[in-house]
Amino acid sequence: MKPAPFDYVAARSAAEAVAHLARHGDEAKVLAGGQSLVPMLNMRLARPGILVDINGAGELDYLRESNGVLALGALVRQRALERWAAGRAPLLSEALRAVGHTAIRNRGTVAGNIAHADPASELPAILLLCEGSVVARSPRGERVVPASELFVAPLTTSLRPDELVIEVRLPLPRPDAGWGFAEVARRHGDFALVGAAALVWRDNGRVAGARLAFFGVGGTPARAIAGEGALTGHEATAARVAEAARLAAAGLSPDGDLHATADYRRRVAEVLGGRVLTAALERERRTV
Amino acid sequence: MKHTVRLNVNGRESERQVEPRTSLADCLRDDLDLTGTHVGCEHGVCGACTVLLDGEPVRACLMLAVQAGGRSIMTVEGLAAGQGRDGALHPLQQAFRDKHGLQCGFCTPGILLTALAFLSENPAPSHDEIREMLAGNLCRCTGYHFIVEAIEHAAALLRSPTPQEGAR
Repeated sequence: MKPAPFDYVAARSAAEAVAHLARHGDEAKVLAGGQSLVPMLNMRLARPGILVDINGAGELDYLRESNGVLALGALVRQRALERWAAGRAPLLSEALRAVGHTAIRNRGTVAGNIAHADPASELPAILLLCEGSVVARSPRGERVVPASELFVAPLTTSLRPDELVIEVRLPLPRPDAGWGFAEVARRHGDFALVGAAALVWRDNGRVAGARLAFFGVGGTPARAIAGEGALTGHEATAARVAEAARLAAAGLSPDGDLHATADYRRRVAEVLGGRVLTAALERERRTV
Repeated sequence: MKHTVRLNVNGRESERQVEPRTSLADCLRDDLDLTGTHVGCEHGVCGACTVLLDGEPVRACLMLAVQAGGRSIMTVEGLAAGQGRDGALHPLQQAFRDKHGLQCGFCTPGILLTALAFLSENPAPSHDEIREMLAGNLCRCTGYHFIVEAIEHAAALLRSPTPQEGAR
């Protein structure tokens, strides 16, 4: 279908974009990569009065690493991060490969994907797993919103209509951590029916830290705190890992839809949870 | 309100007045008469509208025409244009013809441009890599096997020093 008519303004800087958003309130939508917004316009699921295009705000196209934290300006394409991550950040590499297809990642931005907050999307779950945050700017100033407070419901964040995400802050996994990533989708690049990612690190043979996050199994990406707790401080035996995956899946509240029932999703989540924890433990062993 | 946009498509400059909501795909087809860019799902899934934007594949249905100003766009019409002789096919097109990599042809323009960029980054891809690349383009006729073979054949043609000769 074709979108309903809208006005269009090209912002040349973050300040200009913020001014436009302040003027138009919830009539305005930010256009970055457009890989989620434009489909919604074409299907008329979204009918904004005006699009504020930030593609001309070159100052937001930066990727910097300092003290183990990646700072990604709002215009960094998923493909740019994919290229940066190759050979440097294997968990990110693996997760980005699963985000749509090359043609989508060439346009889609990291910040836009996160702000869109699709519960089945990979990057919001990675941000949650890595305990990252976004920086939001409005006429009131800037604030840092941690991932744990960002995602509130499907396609809904705690950002206000006049706030522009100007930066994503993604802490890279500690070098001694092992990682795991897995998802089940109908086709490579489709939204995940269920996905999981894990980080594990050990001290003296015992798990010193474990993180486990899921996507596609509820209204928002979810950390599995109970599953993580079942591993931390213990020796990572196969039985422990299975118990952690069982607890993790039990804590999820997936929805059923055309593609999979809620029960199926919970069962697959347990399997994937076990797989990503096992993969993370195996990789961790190799880094020591 | 209409916006003026200066387009560079297949090396030719032109200026058009477009509504903000006009997609790049519709502008190419309706305003520039370049109907080789096909419009399938209009939400980024099918890949039929894929064009090259500054050399990289993008969905022309998910980009507004007004955003294309100052960028260089290549459509399927630009593929054979670089071959010199009239009627000569690009090695990729020749490979699709040789290996029966198309039936109805609706998905083909998007696949050709996606494959062109893919092969320039990965000149000797494995079957699995070709299949992962193809996941972004829906074909309802072929069952994909011949498309995979065509892309593999094209890779060999493009690697050989005289691709046109090898295409026979």
